[in-house]
Amino acid sequence: MTFDRRSFIKLVGSASGLALAGCATTTGSGDAPAVGKTAELMPKGSARRVVVVGGGYGGTIAAKYIRMLDKSIEVVLVEKSKQFVSCPFSNFYIAGMTNDMNAITIGYDKLAANHGIKMVYAEVTQIDAAAKKVVTTEGTLAYDRCIVSPGIDFRTEEIEGYNAKTAEAFPHAWKAGAQSTLLRNQLQAMPDGGTVVMSMPLTPYRCPPGPYERSCLIAHYLKKHKPKSKLILLDANPDVVSKKPLFTKAWSTYYKDNFQYIGGKKVTQVNVAGKSVSIEGIEDFKGDVINLIPPQRAADIMVKSGLVGDDKRWCPVDAISFESPKAKGVHIIGDATALPSDGPPMPKSGYSANSQAKFCAQNVLNLMNGKPTVEFSGINVCYSAISDHESVSIAQVFNLQNGKIKSPATAISPADFSLTKAEHAYGESWLKNILTEMST
Amino acid sequence: MKMKKSLVSWALVAGCTFSGAVMAAPPTPEMLSYACAGCHGTNGGSAGMTMPSLASQSKASIVDAMKKFKSGDRPSTVMGRLAKGYSDAEFAAMGEFFSKQKFHPTTQMVDAAKAKRGEEIEDANCSRCHIDQGKDGKDDTPVMASQWLEYLKMQAALYDSGARKMPKDMADKWNKLSKEDREALLHFYASVK
Ligand SMILES: Cc1cc2nc3c(=O)[nH]c(=O)nc-3n(C[C@H](O)[C@H](O)[C@H](O)COP(=O)(O)OP(=O)(O)OC[C@H]3O[C@@H](n4cnc5c(N)ncnc54)[C@H](O)[C@@H]3O)c2cc1C
Ligand code: HEC
Ligand code: HEC
Repeated sequence: MTFDRRSFIKLVGSASGLALAGCATTTGSGDAPAVGKTAELMPKGSARRVVVVGGGYGGTIAAKYIRMLDKSIEVVLVEKSKQFVSCPFSNFYIAGMTNDMNAITIGYDKLAANHGIKMVYAEVTQIDAAAKKVVTTEGTLAYDRCIVSPGIDFRTEEIEGYNAKTAEAFPHAWKAGAQSTLLRNQLQAMPDGGTVVMSMPLTPYRCPPGPYERSCLIAHYLKKHKPKSKLILLDANPDVVSKKPLFTKAWSTYYKDNFQYIGGKKVTQVNVAGKSVSIEGIEDFKGDVINLIPPQRAADIMVKSGLVGDDKRWCPVDAISFESPKAKGVHIIGDATALPSDGPPMPKSGYSANSQAKFCAQNVLNLMNGKPTVEFSGINVCYSAISDHESVSIAQVFNLQNGKIKSPATAISPADFSLTKAEHAYGESWLKNILTEMST
Repeated sequence: MKMKKSLVSWALVAGCTFSGAVMAAPPTPEMLSYACAGCHGTNGGSAGMTMPSLASQSKASIVDAMKKFKSGDRPSTVMGRLAKGYSDAEFAAMGEFFSKQKFHPTTQMVDAAKAKRGEEIEDANCSRCHIDQGKDGKDDTPVMASQWLEYLKMQAALYDSGARKMPKDMADKWNKLSKEDREALLHFYASVK
């Protein structure tokens, strides 16, 4: 579904009042396009208003901190789903180490009530910076400033044979929820002796260590429940791109008999009927279960609204205000962004989105209130499980240096695995705290 | 120094700015501290059973902990790596912020008999420093009341193994107590609201 800007606006203009179906469960880029309504949804009163688009790791925090810092601002949070399922820790669920999806699912009622945030459950179909409004499937919303944290969508057009149904056969499970359940069910249904193939894209993509964590947990599941089965991880990158010494040690220590890592294998074709993926048509990999994580870009809404950069993938932003150079008054955070960076950039992680959201909130207020903006100082920590009771982490501080985001301190866990059990316990509390931050 | 850095970054940003942003100031104490909340909870009130709350800890205790994490004097999983990204002035700013946050009471499962035993012996052994049943963090003494039991147990294990050094006067008391009594004290402190 490629969709140019002009035909989109035409569609929006002509289709107001159409009922909208199936917008809540996006599985990829294969869905029917959502249709915006032109009627004004919630006319703006005298209070200044910030509209936040996307109630995930970044958006919930931006909405909450705006209200914590300045109660005079009306905050409207627009999210397409009534519940948010966290990608962090979804690998545990996929690999059968927890059966409870509720532990990684949050709603918005408490957050909204505690902070006086107005929730709108609708899909945003256009961010119209010139008119200072967002168009949604339920109507339009005017704003003084807009913060967008919409996450990612997939560049499936780069994979030959990939269509609207492919993600049902070869789940990506790179947006948590129905996709996670699908992959989990496939793994459980697979007879012992089967082969699981995972394919991961070139950087940058959401959560650099995520595919490696998943490989450990799936290998752990197979080792325990299907000992004659094996897992192959096809990495489009030439080599492991995150926490390399730790993952390679985990693979060789725990999973050497049932796991194989192969770098430099970019999947370019799928054959759903033949249950295989192909590298440039030269080499095929057959799998009983195939977890195909396609290459990524900023979420569809950013492409539609002209907020992606020259690469057509990620959204450029100012390193202090997170404002888009392409749309005055529109601030972008989280996975969708390409922040000006000096050295390795902030990874596309939940923790990064959380840190960015707070500075974005503060600086949006500073701009609205005519105060000086403040320079960024934030954190990224990603815990990755390497088995059902051990985890490792990367810990990074980032701040602003010469107009760019730079890390003065980045380090991974010790390679002797002396802290893996303690980090596993701390990792669980990290999830609890960050989800509590987002939902209360 | 800080001024010069801000000016340079402003000049660079101004070249491509479109928001009409005025000069950016260094991050405020709140903004520095908000970054810690992803792990320690909003305003330092932890909901995770192994992660310590920072809310209402004394400034000196936070600064002291951060300096020890940074130098490696105090063992850690992640704090040593994070502390390396901050200056002493930033430690002080964050310590000040967390010391001003409301005490964070928790409701946790503790063993009632152990908590009772702990209550009986805390006054004679620990209250000189962990005052008001651990609610008040004096000087460099951390707040113990309502701290998560799992966290306290992990730290006690580090004290017992010698990996984390304790103040001499605390060691005098701690080392004389049985393993059971040490644990009882932790159950007691975790139960104080
Ligand atoms: C398997 C896996 C494991 C991971 N593990 C970790 C981890 O351990 N630690 C970590 O820090 N990060 C982890 N991540 C990364 C983390 O999930 C993302 O970086 C984070 O979710 C990014 O936040 P965001 O706000 O940019 O997007 P999201 O959290 O995805 O939020 C986007 C929200 O916007 C909504 N939305 C999108 N478009 C529209 C629209 N048009 N209208 C209305 N609503 C819309 C979506 O429904 C969604 O709720 C992991 C990711 C994966 C896939
Ligand atoms: C990734 C999660 C994480 C982040 C982010 C984090 N902490 Fe911690 N913190 C921990 C853990 C885990 C401990 C226990 C020590 C350890 O193992 O590192 C801890 C312990 C502490 C302690 C000691 C508390 C006590 O009672 O002894 C202080 C103080 C502290 N952190 C301050 C901070 C500050 C300030 C920040 C923000 C700059 C921060 N932390 C960010 C996880 C985190
Ligand atoms: C002489 C003062 C003093 C006495 C007495 C004392 N403590 Fe402490 N305690 C401290 C200080 C100071 C710290 C923090 C210093 C450090 O270890 O880095 C601390 C830290 C702790 C911690 C770690 C808390 C955390 O957040 O990491 C525990 C647990 C603890 N004390 C238990 C006790 C118990 C139980 C007693 C009584 C048997 C006791 N202490 C007696 C001064 C004291």
